[in-house]
Amino acid sequence: MNRFAALLDALLFTPSRNGKLRLMQEYFASQPDPERGWALAALTGELVFDAAKPSQVRALAAERVDPELLAWSYDFVGDLAETVSLIWPETPGVQIPVPSLGEIVKQLKATSRNDVGSLLEAWLDALDATGRWALLKLVTGSLRIGVSARLAKTALAEWGGVEIDRIEEVWHALAPPYQPLFEWLEGCGPAPQTGDLPTFCPLMLAQPIEESDLGGLDPRDYLAEWKWDGIRVQLVARGDVRRLYSRSGDDIGAAFPEVLEPMPADVTLDGELLVLRNGEVAPFNDLQQRLNRKTPTPKLLRDYPAAVRLYDILRADEEDLRTLPFVERRSRLEGWYARELPPGLDLSPLVPFASWEELRELRDGARERGIEGLMLKRADSLYLAGRPKGPWFKWKRGALTLDTVLMYAQRGHGKRSSFYSDYTFGAWHGGELVPVGKAYSGFTDEELQRLDRWIRNNTVQRYGPVREVAPQIVLEIAFDSVHRSTRHKSGVAMRFPRVHRVRWDKPVGEADTLESLEKLLT
Amino acid sequence: MPLASLRHESWIRTTSAGLYCEPGDFYIDPQSPVARAVITHGHGDHARPGNEGVLATPDTLAIMRQRYGEAAGGALQPLAYGDSVTVGGVALRLLPAGHVLGSAQVVLDYRGARVVVSGDYKRRPDPTCAPFEPCNGDLFITEATFGLPVFRHPPDRQEIDKLLHSLALFPDRCHVVGVYALGKCQRVLALLRRAGYEKPVYLHGALIGLTELYENLGVSLGPVLPLADVSRDALRGRIVLAPPAATTDRWSRRLPDPVVAMASGWMRVRQRAKARGVELPLVISDHADWDELTATIEEVAAAEIWVTHGREEALVHYARQKGYRARGLALTGFEEDE
Repeated sequence: MNRFAALLDALLFTPSRNGKLRLMQEYFASQPDPERGWALAALTGELVFDAAKPSQVRALAAERVDPELLAWSYDFVGDLAETVSLIWPETPGVQIPVPSLGEIVKQLKATSRNDVGSLLEAWLDALDATGRWALLKLVTGSLRIGVSARLAKTALAEWGGVEIDRIEEVWHALAPPYQPLFEWLEGCGPAPQTGDLPTFCPLMLAQPIEESDLGGLDPRDYLAEWKWDGIRVQLVARGDVRRLYSRSGDDIGAAFPEVLEPMPADVTLDGELLVLRNGEVAPFNDLQQRLNRKTPTPKLLRDYPAAVRLYDILRADEEDLRTLPFVERRSRLEGWYARELPPGLDLSPLVPFASWEELRELRDGARERGIEGLMLKRADSLYLAGRPKGPWFKWKRGALTLDTVLMYAQRGHGKRSSFYSDYTFGAWHGGELVPVGKAYSGFTDEELQRLDRWIRNNTVQRYGPVREVAPQIVLEIAFDSVHRSTRHKSGVAMRFPRVHRVRWDKPVGEADTLESLEKLLT
Repeated sequence: MPLASLRHESWIRTTSAGLYCEPGDFYIDPQSPVARAVITHGHGDHARPGNEGVLATPDTLAIMRQRYGEAAGGALQPLAYGDSVTVGGVALRLLPAGHVLGSAQVVLDYRGARVVVSGDYKRRPDPTCAPFEPCNGDLFITEATFGLPVFRHPPDRQEIDKLLHSLALFPDRCHVVGVYALGKCQRVLALLRRAGYEKPVYLHGALIGLTELYENLGVSLGPVLPLADVSRDALRGRIVLAPPAATTDRWSRRLPDPVVAMASGWMRVRQRAKARGVELPLVISDHADWDELTATIEEVAAAEIWVTHGREEALVHYARQKGYRARGLALTGFEEDE
């Protein structure tokens, strides 16, 4: 457990992706089974406990340390699990066998909340400070991992020398502590079989394309369909089991019962998860209400009805269709849909066109309808995992832009820790600037250096790490959409804001107003 | 107020300039220039420039001369550990405090009463300075920088191993360690050498003077090189020491893909480390941790305890629970940094 805790700790402090990969790979290489398998389960979010309440943890500590000292310490540290882990008295010289993560998991599963106290106490006595911290985070269900499940699988794939898609494919046929997976990756066991399980097929993704690149492509080779503004999902129904996978292979089915329950078997479908009202796509923000909840309330189900709009079919009646050309899969999809007419699903229509010019006009007219742009798919494209170059393109509609004024700046992390690279920008409202968003990207290295210098020379006020700057720089911000938000003072929030251009030339008086941003609300 | 406490305060008390001994007419670590100062150690918040007379250990005086030149003081009076001088009827001795090179506790004997002023101190062994020497007294004035039971510094070796392990894991990355220029810098160097690290360590310009002074005063620290002369690529997989503020500011851009580490007792608390942009926190402190503070109170066994700079209330609370008369001094001017 101490070694696993040290890994978690290091992951939280390491900002770079490569650094995190290296830390995880070293862990997988150096730790035995089944310990590393349980660790992998924790890293991929499969180990979730709700074994103890914070008040129980606090009470345990209060039995060991003076309550006033505990209270002052908690005030200073600000986090209960961390306070208790640091303050827990150690008995020097007494060696208590350290529990493994596997042992902890096993015992937690077998113990009721009422009896968990004495278990915890014994473990806290055996572990080091970092181990105690990780344990307390784990049992109170507040373990924050500094990596995504995808990154943990990437580390595993690189370490084992296989493509990550091979891991994604078998992932849902496996369970912690994943011994067969490690055996296979170390070359001393066969590849795990998925059998009849409703496993995830890694998605095929599209390359972005610009209008200028279309000239080289023959429109007759491609089919077009709308790119809907939701989240890409995969639906799998096999036997009695139904799964709804996100793009990264996480099962999010519990949050969308109205989609899953009526689904007929046996089929694997690719589509876009949306909130649909009478066939109309609701703003992305509506879908966000549903995504934030693990299980929906009846009110949420009523107010934000979800559905999946289908793009593709990957498997039907025991047959893998991924090796068929897209046109053929499309006709299978249409046939399947006409036969089953499943509630909670509908079909994303193809967009007929004769020329790129015609398609561009269709795309530009499409802003109001929950559409992000167009997908272009070669008629003969097989369904290939990952983002192959050539068969599929996404042709996004032009981004929205707004001229804003740079108000505050903060230094970044990792490689950017010496640069003021995080910008808060504002729009005019009644003669004052109101912050409307933050951007961390979009600029070139040269622009970043120039902005950093300018910010240091034009700081008017400091609030801890934040510098307020003279309102003199116009940032042209690009963003995908804007929606209402009660969490922001301005009342609106942008989606994917990034710095499009630094307008060194533009007077701040000519920057946009909050009202002009509100006109773009979807 | 108990009688004994009245007795101490009749000759030693806090003033706006700091701790003042009336019969001896001197201040200990004064915050503004005075006629006679006794300086416990060379850190900038304890040894300030511009005093007329300065009494301190020879090493502390050397450090002050290095830092302040002429402004170190009008008349510098060295006093070796254990030697005694009498000032206005007060017998004064300096004893090792184990904090940094030259650091001292001040022991005052006056009319049968003994006051021990700890200055900043620690109890664990430090290869760069003499170990803390406990001394019984009637009043113990102790620091409390890490005066909360969450502060328990792990063994130094464990933290140095963390640094060496990271170096092995990321051999292409420079490892820059934020260290205070006096004490911490030299201690980290010495600890690295003890752990068998023999390669040159590269120093930020602000650390060179004091490191050379340590060498001149007989503390050997192995090969160090000024960073200024080295190409960027030559720093891959090497250790660089720099003042904490430099590690995440513009100066750090000359380093190749640095892992930012920091050696400080504050690194024990995650949020503190995060807020400073630290990737590799190393809990290495020149101050006593909670266990050292409480053990020292027991060992000095003074009936009365005054607690100064740091988290006073918790240590005062602890001392009272243990039956000591205790109070916080709330002296101003001392910094949290170490």
